[in-house]
Amino acid sequence: MSAVEIAAKVRSGEWSAVDVLEGHLEAISAREDEIHAFNLVMVEQARRAAAAVDDAVASGRDPGPLAGVPLALKDNMCTHGVPTTCSSRILDDWKPPYDATVVTRAVEAGAVVIGKTNLDEFAMGSSTEHSAFGPTLNPHDTTRVPGGSSGGSAAAVAAGFSSLALGSDTGGSIRQPAALCGVVGVKPTYGLVSRYGLVAFASSLDQIGPFATSVADAALMLEVIAGHDPMDSTSIPRPSPDISSHLDQGVEGMRIGLVTELMEGIDPDVSARVHQAAEALTAAGAVVDEVSVPATLYGLTAYYLIAPAEASSNLARFDGVRYGLRVDGPDTAEMMIRTRSAGFGDEVKARIMLGTFALSAGYYEAFYGKAQKVRTLVRREFAAAYADHDLLLSPTSPSVAFPLGAKADPMSMYMCDVCTLPSNLSGEAAMSVPYGTGAHGLPVGVQVLAPAMGEVEMFRAAAVLEAAAPSDHDGEEGRS
Amino acid sequence: MTAITPEEVEHVAVLARLRLSPEEVAHFTGHLGAILEHAADVEALDLADVPPTSHPVHLENVMRPDRVGPTLDRDEVLAEAPAAQENRFRVPPILGVEP
Repeated sequence: MSAVEIAAKVRSGEWSAVDVLEGHLEAISAREDEIHAFNLVMVEQARRAAAAVDDAVASGRDPGPLAGVPLALKDNMCTHGVPTTCSSRILDDWKPPYDATVVTRAVEAGAVVIGKTNLDEFAMGSSTEHSAFGPTLNPHDTTRVPGGSSGGSAAAVAAGFSSLALGSDTGGSIRQPAALCGVVGVKPTYGLVSRYGLVAFASSLDQIGPFATSVADAALMLEVIAGHDPMDSTSIPRPSPDISSHLDQGVEGMRIGLVTELMEGIDPDVSARVHQAAEALTAAGAVVDEVSVPATLYGLTAYYLIAPAEASSNLARFDGVRYGLRVDGPDTAEMMIRTRSAGFGDEVKARIMLGTFALSAGYYEAFYGKAQKVRTLVRREFAAAYADHDLLLSPTSPSVAFPLGAKADPMSMYMCDVCTLPSNLSGEAAMSVPYGTGAHGLPVGVQVLAPAMGEVEMFRAAAVLEAAAPSDHDGEEGRS
Repeated sequence: MTAITPEEVEHVAVLARLRLSPEEVAHFTGHLGAILEHAADVEALDLADVPPTSHPVHLENVMRPDRVGPTLDRDEVLAEAPAAQENRFRVPPILGVEP
């Protein structure tokens, strides 16, 4: 259900936030057992929050731009007094003593937090199969993955469990599941949205962003959470941009480049949709051509050294001392070893060890040092492409949603992020917009990429694509 | 570039405070080896004159006034700790354990 519509009608008193919430809770009752989008559905807290929104409206106070809009949070965002697990045994039942900034801002804007969504453990994965609490399934086909790592948030929005959701994107963890579930997903410019209260995976890459069923809803959500936060030292000291009032301005005269290298090795059903999307942008007055950004091909390797290196450092904090699991031992060192060995899953252990190796004496220059230099090449080549293009275009994912267990070997899973992770390396903005269906009638996502702080132009192009998107959906979104 | 050996995996596990069974050592040697082999394509690039990028945003240290602000509630934080005593996190002995 549209967040823009809910907020407008709740603010005007036409709809009650409680009724809106109950409708979504019914959708959850009907299908959550099958989908497993949530680690926790916050029924009672959500009912109290919705009632408070209705009380505000009744007493003449404006609850804010997200009045009564149900919002699902990826379970790596801290919620005061509410379990935040990162889908890991090592944080099972940990209750943070504070709210993440995005949570505070959403609640102050009138959003009703409906639950915490499943993810690959510590956001490490592209399928949500690496959750300690079991996988999330794709609402369009429950034999297939929803993508990941924010698969629970994507599935929650696609299944009509929540109007909006927040995810985190380190290498594509918002955009890829958005594409596979047929919803809009946005990775904003690095620094646009505060990460205070987001459990860190790779700090130079992580960014929080929205999932929504429409481009306008995603813009509204982003406007609420963006803007400077003194609690995050990487937060850009600027106010939140106005995106919504520019959405209908079109792409007339914009120069948009289709990234040659990101069209290679892509399933034909997906690349056909991307070419159609390019034609739609041309028809709307944009000048679309091909542009070569060869460093994107090396980005995958750089990413899979940089992200684990940062993760190995960030996840050192899970040591059984201050929060979460402790497996006792005769001394502190043994306690830490037992706690970490029991608490982390296989994929997390693999990435911690890979990162530790890449940073260790004798290997630092050959691996981490080289990867950082490749990162410079990616940034330079994007800068060159943006010198004569306003935006770039690519697939979001090389394929539609794949069956559970299909990507057992690690490199084939990591390849899922080949189109998305270059924007994390460069720190620039990108979003996925649903664009028809591909093989097996499953959703295809087209990625719009923008330079840093290019959100307004990116959303304008996304709105054009949304309006032009083929309507041969299988109609399984289950919108209430 | 050589892939990783089982001995190196065991060494890295020690550095990362992880204990692996022999089966896990074999599993992770294959898993990490597959990724490190892929890293060989970066080896082919001439990067001698390219500076490294550690972070997408230029950051400088910023000083702020040294003023006491709000902090987390101590009791609430300690209530979530695995063990606490006298307003502190409690841990097993760090030094002086008999072997």
